[in-house]
Amino acid sequence: MSRSLKKGPYIHYKLEKRVLELNQSNKKKVIKTWSRSSMIAPEFVGHTIAVHNGNKFIPVYITENMVGHKLGEFAPTRIFRSHAGSKK
Amino acid sequence: MARIAGIDIPKNKRGEIALTYIFGISRSTAKKILNEANVDIHKKVQDWSDDEQNLIRNIIGEKYTIEGALRSEIQLNIKRLRDIGCYRGIRHRLGLPVRGQSTKNNARTRKGRKKTVAGKKKAPR
Repeated sequence: MSRSLKKGPYIHYKLEKRVLELNQSNKKKVIKTWSRSSMIAPEFVGHTIAVHNGNKFIPVYITENMVGHKLGEFAPTRIFRSHAGSKK
Repeated sequence: MARIAGIDIPKNKRGEIALTYIFGISRSTAKKILNEANVDIHKKVQDWSDDEQNLIRNIIGEKYTIEGALRSEIQLNIKRLRDIGCYRGIRHRLGLPVRGQSTKNNARTRKGRKKTVAGKKKAPR
């Protein structure tokens, strides 16, 4: 079930504000955010956003291909460290 | 013999079924194509006239991506997911289910044949 078009994409308002500020002042700064469910808008391209994964912030460099995905998709919450006895 | 879309030669079946032998054409798309070409879906391929064949060929050529083109499109989509390193891409890389299915048991289609681990204890009775 996809989100109603009428509403537009969900982007946390504070996150959006900060990105737009950075765009205006032409600065590049890492933005920390907990908002994993925010959609990546075209304005985000070129920024690095540190997305929380429940433990720490994962820096994500936004490229053009990522537009339309959610931030959380790029910061995995589970780490799999091979089963005991499985050798490589 | 009817050659539609390059290599596929479905014949002596009903048009609706024969068209599904082409990769990228399902029962429902086959119906749509035949309706547009004004060919009865129950008519067998060998009974198609040359005009009908050409018409069907044109409709498929114009409106549908099939066979090799479709396969490479799918591969490109997967490659994009892999390259941007999103969750779905990671699952593709690991060869695990992509759409949130459970992997505690089963998921054999993605994981392949069972790999038995030596020394794994059986559950005590």
